[in-house]
Amino acid sequence: MTTPLLEVRNLRVEFPTRRGKLVALDDVSFDIAPGEILGVVGESGAGKSLTGAAIIGLLDPPGRVAAGEIRFDGRRIDNLPYEEMRKVRGRHIGAIFQDPLTSLNPLYTIGRQLTETIQTHLPVSNEEARQRAIRLLQETGIPAAEARIDQYPHQFSGGMRQRVVIALALAAEPRLIVADEPTTALDVSIQAQIISLLKRLCKDHGAAVMLVTHDMGVIAETCDRVAVMYAGRVVEIGPVRDVIHAPAHPYTVGLMGSIPAMDEDRERLLQIDGSMPRLTAIPSGCAFNPRCEKAFDRCRVERPDLLPAGATRAACWLHASTMREAA
Amino acid sequence: MSALVEVHELSKTFDVSAPWLNRVVERKPRQFVHAVDGVSFSIPRGKTLALVGESGCGKSTVARLLVGLYAPTQGRVAFDGKDTATAFRSSQSQALRKRMQMIFQDPYASLNPRWKVADIVGEPLKEHDLLSKTGDRKQELKSRVAELLQSVGLAAADVEKFPHQFSGGQRQRISIARALATNPEFLVCDEPTSALDVSVQAQVLNIMKDLQRKQGLTYLFISHNLAVVRHVSDQVGVMYLGRLVELADKAELFARPRHPYTRMLLDAIPDIHMSGRARTPVQGEVPNPLNPPSGCSFHPRCPHANERCKQERPALKMFGGALIACHAVEEGRI
Repeated sequence: MTTPLLEVRNLRVEFPTRRGKLVALDDVSFDIAPGEILGVVGESGAGKSLTGAAIIGLLDPPGRVAAGEIRFDGRRIDNLPYEEMRKVRGRHIGAIFQDPLTSLNPLYTIGRQLTETIQTHLPVSNEEARQRAIRLLQETGIPAAEARIDQYPHQFSGGMRQRVVIALALAAEPRLIVADEPTTALDVSIQAQIISLLKRLCKDHGAAVMLVTHDMGVIAETCDRVAVMYAGRVVEIGPVRDVIHAPAHPYTVGLMGSIPAMDEDRERLLQIDGSMPRLTAIPSGCAFNPRCEKAFDRCRVERPDLLPAGATRAACWLHASTMREAA
Repeated sequence: MSALVEVHELSKTFDVSAPWLNRVVERKPRQFVHAVDGVSFSIPRGKTLALVGESGCGKSTVARLLVGLYAPTQGRVAFDGKDTATAFRSSQSQALRKRMQMIFQDPYASLNPRWKVADIVGEPLKEHDLLSKTGDRKQELKSRVAELLQSVGLAAADVEKFPHQFSGGQRQRISIARALATNPEFLVCDEPTSALDVSVQAQVLNIMKDLQRKQGLTYLFISHNLAVVRHVSDQVGVMYLGRLVELADKAELFARPRHPYTRMLLDAIPDIHMSGRARTPVQGEVPNPLNPPSGCSFHPRCPHANERCKQERPALKMFGGALIACHAVEEGRI
């Protein structure tokens, strides 16, 4: 196996508050191989965006990485000083955020924002940077890029702005892109365009992607592997096809069943009763046990780690017996 | 079966002109947005009509026109055979409003954060004077609210709580309970689940279906999510830039989409089960509604457009069980 581009090991993110520490991410581990697209899926509050923020070193204070480590290309990046991290971010790890309007500066032209990013990270002349910026805009499918480069963000539509944001993320040829809900704010027809664009460009540029989203459909279309998160932990991780067709964790099963399907008729959708626990009241044992139909005594006491379960790995005691038989 | 709601050539135009002084100084003309432009449909009693389309297509405006939050510029809406525009202005307005209620998209914005659930759900009961004239009215209000909360799967003890103590899905249930308080016949649901997570969305959709079965409710369901629409609706109307481009039974529409825009929308849905399938992304974006294209407003994005499409606006016509507004379908080109 090739060495992973990104290694996240036992990552723990805490928010110290007056009422005590809130553990937002607990013992999260995964790898991303060079050129791979890893999807991170979960409902609001699962910690998926926080995982992305921790990797690019943009946790909102007072949030902090309390334990574990993040390695990029073998080098530890979670404890880098701010200035050092700035050089990594953008140059080696690009970021795409949900809302294309707030991630662009409304007071600068698109061209200025692109050339600034390029020149911060690469030693090129002004003219070269501009040519590069135009080329990037053309690659992301913006018509008349030479003319539009001198326009301001408000002159672009939502879909076009997200293309500019993608161009910005790719500007310094990073090897990893963290995309946090890149299509959530867009209409379905535009969403399809942006997803295929992101997929194609990352392939062309050889960049790996960590795609954070709540939309299983987007994951199915785009990713090689997927990590399912629940209450600050990865509950299942594996190849997309296996997680979708043969989910091993009861939460993943429920999540898949609650999506209205386009090709079958059901009178009722499968529903998971209750809702995701708040950070202040994470149940003991497996965090999913109060909502799980298959929960038994052990689930309420002991917290499961990721165990091999068929083709995927799931944090569920239901799969503990199969492991013992194999051993 | 008779139609509960009949909408005929409904239009709504908004004046978005610059202020008078700017118009005079900068010689700008008045500007209008035709948010809804000649939309007709009817919803049979106990059925669900879904309207789908992308942002800015006018689907929420239709919802607001139906419940009387906007007055139509042209056309008419008939509820149970009576024209609503006149009824809303007459003394009948209270009685009419009682029979139709609305559920809004954002459960965080549609509940007053300073009111307890008992007041939120109880208000329609007081407003429409639905409590008995004699006896302990306070006690009656309390038990009615508790009943309503239980009908949407919340606990009777929740009446003493404030909205911030609930999750998004629970809040949406409170809005549904509030809408049900007047015992309405018709519910207008404007993107009721798009602010919710999928597992919570499933809970809310199941509740809505159960209520329809038990109480014979009629729904107008507005959504941009075709998978959700396919799950809840009987009939589907597809809107584009203020106009209906296709109106058909659910089974017909999903099995044989005819209008190029409907096909495009269906093609844009990520398919969960065929992991890795390539699809052809649609080209272009929704045009600016201030300056819509001539002829068929979809022609700049349509692969089947010809000269006629650029000049002549197609009317909604019946083709094999579905109403479609498309020259290409009419001429048998697709």
